[in-house]
Amino acid sequence: MDVFGIRIPPVFSLLIWITLWEVAGQMDLAFILPPFSAVVLELFQLIARADFQSAAWLTFQSFVIGMGISIVAGITIGFLMGSSRMANSILGMWVNIFASAPLSSLVPVLMLLFGLGQTTIVVTVVLFSTWIIALDTFAGVNHISPSLSEMGKSFGASRRQLLTKVLFWAALPEILAGIRMGLIRAVKGIVIGQLLVSVVALGRLFRTFSDNFQFEEFWALTIVLFIFALLFSSAIGWLEQKVEYYANTRF
Amino acid sequence: MSTLSMAAEPVQADTQAQDNVVEVRDITKYYGSDIHALNSINLDFPRGQMTTLLGPSGCGKTTLLKIIAGLLEPTDGQVMVNGKQVTGPGPERAFVFQDFALLPWATVLRNVGFGLELTNKPKAEREAKARHYINEVGLSGFEDKYPHELSGGMRQRVGLARAMAVNADVLLMDEPFSAVDEQTRRKFQEDLLNLLAHEKKSVIFVTHSIEEAVYVSDQIVLLSPRPGRIHSIIRPEISRDSSPEDIRRDKTYLDTIEEIWSDLKKYLE
Amino acid sequence: MADTTFYRLVSVIAVFIAWEIAGRIPISVAFPTFSSTMAALYDMTADGSILRAYGQTLQPLGVGVLISAGFGVAIGVSMGLNRLFQWFWEPIFVVLQASPVAALIPLITYAYGIGLTAKTVAVIMLAAPIIVLNTYKAVRNASPSLIQMCRSFQGTRMQEIWRVIIPNAAPIIFAGLRLGVAAGFIGVILAELLITPTGIGDLISYNRSIAAYDYMYAAVFTIIVFSAVMVGLLEKAEINFFRPEKKKGH
Repeated sequence: MDVFGIRIPPVFSLLIWITLWEVAGQMDLAFILPPFSAVVLELFQLIARADFQSAAWLTFQSFVIGMGISIVAGITIGFLMGSSRMANSILGMWVNIFASAPLSSLVPVLMLLFGLGQTTIVVTVVLFSTWIIALDTFAGVNHISPSLSEMGKSFGASRRQLLTKVLFWAALPEILAGIRMGLIRAVKGIVIGQLLVSVVALGRLFRTFSDNFQFEEFWALTIVLFIFALLFSSAIGWLEQKVEYYANTRF
Repeated sequence: MSTLSMAAEPVQADTQAQDNVVEVRDITKYYGSDIHALNSINLDFPRGQMTTLLGPSGCGKTTLLKIIAGLLEPTDGQVMVNGKQVTGPGPERAFVFQDFALLPWATVLRNVGFGLELTNKPKAEREAKARHYINEVGLSGFEDKYPHELSGGMRQRVGLARAMAVNADVLLMDEPFSAVDEQTRRKFQEDLLNLLAHEKKSVIFVTHSIEEAVYVSDQIVLLSPRPGRIHSIIRPEISRDSSPEDIRRDKTYLDTIEEIWSDLKKYLE
Repeated sequence: MADTTFYRLVSVIAVFIAWEIAGRIPISVAFPTFSSTMAALYDMTADGSILRAYGQTLQPLGVGVLISAGFGVAIGVSMGLNRLFQWFWEPIFVVLQASPVAALIPLITYAYGIGLTAKTVAVIMLAAPIIVLNTYKAVRNASPSLIQMCRSFQGTRMQEIWRVIIPNAAPIIFAGLRLGVAAGFIGVILAELLITPTGIGDLISYNRSIAAYDYMYAAVFTIIVFSAVMVGLLEKAEINFFRPEKKKGH
């Protein structure tokens, strides 16, 4: 959008929304909505709190472990799906079912089986993110020009060489896109898990804040999570840019 | 001055005494149960010469080339390379692809050395060989460029350099010049002939262009479609002493093209 | 493709058998066998509780999806056609789409109570961003050559929008609606688990609280099946109406 001939990037429209939030908060339009400025102030205090830091660290560890598992599992499943029509039709069915199902309904089951601690968070992350990674990996594998794998075979590539030197890199742009989506879903999964298990870590903080009508704190915590999700997603976006130079000219 | 020898039947002269780099016996190929791509093909490919498989769409020329390369399995028949039967790709054969098949994330240097990389040659040796062939195809200075920075013609030269770098006995080229423009194509044909005179390789070449076949080949195998079988074998006896422009106006060259054209016309719908 | 259906069925049966075995070991006190889960399912179907539960759950889902679709498509189309609208709406919806808006669901009760409205709001919160973004991208990326063709025959802007752009964008808009329904379903289940127990969410929570694990698992099982069937039907509808080239036999 241009104002007086100056280009204003789209992100700035968020400023308008934030202003609206601030105004609504100052005017006390809804008691659940404190002014944005108050939330921001609270945010800085929140980050400094010991209970927040330990909760966040715990959650972060589980997140990383879970993502590691789901990335490996998702890429493997995606390649398996691309390897034969039979594998595609069987695995594809299951992956698609779980990719669009309300996995949050499974979280109570996970809680029963794995307790209320870190294991559940890890399993939640794996459950929420694996399927989209598998689907996007498969899309990437499908996209690979057949002559690229023929070329590898014609020069004597073993199956392992073909996979690691050709196929993986050729599908990498889609794999990264899948990981980015998987990350976002994993964060959603963690939040849902924490909300349902409001006894430990971040869930407990959420519950405490909302029970005690501490809305500045509640929104601050929410924004922290939102920022966390966006930061991770941007990090993968940066990686995706690194491979962009060949993503569009694959032939 | 030059004679045109055209066999009435698909029989080749001097098969006994000839050194054939590739021999193809009774090759038949069905796709599924109803598409009969090739029917009992018997051919010899003499060492050190350029043999072209020429024919209209559906005559099975690319199928045959890929069977020789070991990228496709024949329904029946054998392929012999250097006298030994082969099933599957091997170091004696190197393939040049119609759509170049370059690794888009790798530099020209790495792409040219890719065949050597797969056989685990040490890096220094790979790069030295790669640089030599990059020079041979006229791409010196482009070692660190990526495929998306190159024109179509340059990409194909990378493909050619890669195939030559592995030092195979026979080069298999699948319509290598069809994805570039006409001017580049002509230049390529001339450059290819110079290169081969230099390097003395055997080549099996697939094209649908009659002019191209007659210009570059020592031997042309005409295939007819549905099912693919050998129609005739032609040795265009064209003197290569004159300049490229003169060759393209040489009477024998033009006559050969005309004869092949009228022969193949009846297979077009 | 008769043999693919066969192998899929085989894989489903294999999973059920593995479930049965796992339940018998048992891998956990809280892990019922497949057979007892199915018995519980039969029980709940027979006494109508499953039907009643879905009846309750589908109300906010249906209403929420309708509202999301109506406003979502409208906003999305306007974003696709007008750069100012795009500038204004795109960042906020991208943020909403990427953020775990589920965190806000407990807050809904403060504003909307614990009834139908609250759960409908939960559905809208999850479904609207997806619908808006898909619609906007579909409209924005409508085939330029078709648009130019329309202009070359002196088509008016209205004709361009209604006769070229919207039909061209329709398949992707419908795909967005399909994703929106799936997201809305997630929203209503979450609302039922977090705000007030009604419908199928209640069946899960209640049976968990009385440790009737086979009934609880049966409820979860129906959710997975329902979701799979619903998405499958929507996909078939999508192919049928919008992508005839993908239909079998063409």
